[in-house]
Amino acid sequence: MTRRPKLAVWKFSSCDGCQLQLLDLEDDLLALADAVQVAVFLEATRATAPGPYDLSLVEGSITTAADAARIRTIRRQSRVLVAIGACATAGGIQALKNLADAAEWVRAVYPRPEHIATLATSTAIADHVPVDLELRGCPVDRHQLLEVVSALLAGRRPALPRTAVCTECKRAGHPCVTVAAGTPCLGPVTQAGCGALCPRVGRGCYGCFGPKETPNLPALTAQYAALGRTSAEITLALRLYNADAAPFREEARRHDPPHQG
Amino acid sequence: MTRRIKVEALARVEGEGALDVTVRDGRVTALHFRIFEPPRFFEALLRGRPYSDAPDITSRICGICPIAYQLGAAQAMEDAFGVVVSPEIEALRRLVYCGEWIESHVLHVAMLHAPDFLGLDDALLMAKTHPEVVETALRLKKLGNRLLEVVGGRAVHPVNLKVGGFYAAPKRAELLALRPELDWAAAAARRLLRTVAAFDPPDLTRDYLFVALRHDRDYAITGGRLASSEGLDAPIAAFPDLFDEHQEPNSTALHGRTRDGRAYMVGPLARWAINGDRLLPDVRAEAAALGVAPVERNPFRSIVVRAAEVLQVVLEAQRLVDAYRPPDPPAVPVEPRAGVGVGATEAPRGLCWHRYRLADDGSILEARIVPPTAQNQPTIEEDLRQVVERGLALDDDALKWRCEQAIRNYDPCISCATHFLRLKVHREP
Repeated sequence: MTRRPKLAVWKFSSCDGCQLQLLDLEDDLLALADAVQVAVFLEATRATAPGPYDLSLVEGSITTAADAARIRTIRRQSRVLVAIGACATAGGIQALKNLADAAEWVRAVYPRPEHIATLATSTAIADHVPVDLELRGCPVDRHQLLEVVSALLAGRRPALPRTAVCTECKRAGHPCVTVAAGTPCLGPVTQAGCGALCPRVGRGCYGCFGPKETPNLPALTAQYAALGRTSAEITLALRLYNADAAPFREEARRHDPPHQG
Repeated sequence: MTRRIKVEALARVEGEGALDVTVRDGRVTALHFRIFEPPRFFEALLRGRPYSDAPDITSRICGICPIAYQLGAAQAMEDAFGVVVSPEIEALRRLVYCGEWIESHVLHVAMLHAPDFLGLDDALLMAKTHPEVVETALRLKKLGNRLLEVVGGRAVHPVNLKVGGFYAAPKRAELLALRPELDWAAAAARRLLRTVAAFDPPDLTRDYLFVALRHDRDYAITGGRLASSEGLDAPIAAFPDLFDEHQEPNSTALHGRTRDGRAYMVGPLARWAINGDRLLPDVRAEAAALGVAPVERNPFRSIVVRAAEVLQVVLEAQRLVDAYRPPDPPAVPVEPRAGVGVGATEAPRGLCWHRYRLADDGSILEARIVPPTAQNQPTIEEDLRQVVERGLALDDDALKWRCEQAIRNYDPCISCATHFLRLKVHREP
């Protein structure tokens, strides 16, 4: 019998929602656990096995010096390393502090800031180590996650869409919220993968899967302005879970009133 | 004789747990349990954002109980704007919250906590020894997630909830399609309750100060007044007058205490003690027949109460689905104004409280969020003190495991709830 591949799941600064998607694979979880050796998965088991690991899934962003060192250790022990979710691929919602006075934030939340040791930034895994694949989403889609794990273990390239949310929205037959109701929507610039969940309920996409390849942000924000959105509102719309993903970051900066910059 | 027990933080989960205990002559003379997780500064990053962002942003505090944050934030905004939602919206909120309780509780009961009582490392091993329990749990959990998906649009970080209600009301047929699975779940939840009620809990009984929301009709989930085992009855806005948070050195979780400095407990045992008369009669009878007392003071029995709560919310979900009428409109209109609003719900882990101060355009000036785990932390420490004193005869590995199990009584959060303690015992002559 061939050796089962060793799977490790690691957590950095995050909400746990992306690794929870593994446990939410209710129908496939036990089959997955049989197909791999779950070497590290603290959300699920107290048993751990030492590296090296065939596949490491990394959730969360880097916000402390200790974590910056830890991800380098994990990288050295991992044959393939996949960053999962908006925190790991773009720094997450907590990357909003990259734009702010981080020390002031500590004082705002903690009565004794001297006990809080964090970096001034929240950054993606790829800012620290080479990453073999980034899986987007806040949270990631559990079926995409299963596809990534299955494909990598089988030695093939995962089938992941690189188109915009618009594509899957049209395919699902949802009425366009911008055309039909004048609702601003990030769907044209956001990577597909969620299943166009927000337009399905008549809501504009808020970009939780991050920017698609070569997004045309100036065209989209011009549409936002045509719908009556101010520069400040456009900036806030781009500064959410993928605020530090380069296309969103740069476009937001273009609209950011100078006194905030 | 002094025995130093040092549990070093590790296994980077939802932060590091650190336990440092000094035992002298069979008595614990010092004990510090700390949760350290990299802070994410939600209260700071909310400032300047529109009120309408709060439900989605605070949802990202926790992927396991996003509804607790989405709903608490939405209620606080509605409070600030003087808006009352329709009974139909309120019922649909309760239904989606039932889904979250099922998903979160079943995950913890069957897959994270039960292995402790069976002496197993994890649910994956349990799937070999007790396949029917794990398979039942996975199917129940899936139903909880289905409810979140059908009503909320997504299981983790739902997209359909907003200030005022919902973006779109699910169709009646979509909910009725879940009815057969809910019927199965009612029987499955009874089986799960019977399984965990038979577990032999470590012996520990304490006289807790329980705190929970209390509703005039329902087993409090989506709202109520502040209540305690000492007869407290106060509006949720009074929370800061009654409870305080302290920051311990080298800890990023704030510790909750009463204003007079006492530890208190939120979560299943507190709800059970305070709101037992609000349970469905069926649940009360089933639990009583299995030996669950009206007030359970052994924290290792929390797993049983959680399972009873699963039965409660499955039966409630059945009724809510049967009675469902799509709210029309799906959300009540809101008009922003300057002010302060509070919201509070019973998250699976206990009372979760929000307060926001808003500018006249509805932008957030100040946010304060008190999650259940911060409130329970001093109580967890007190439990651990007794667990260590009673467990000194255990060897290091067994004592370490017992401490982990005691922490998991509180389901502090999914990662904290798994085994993350590295125990070192320094024996001094």
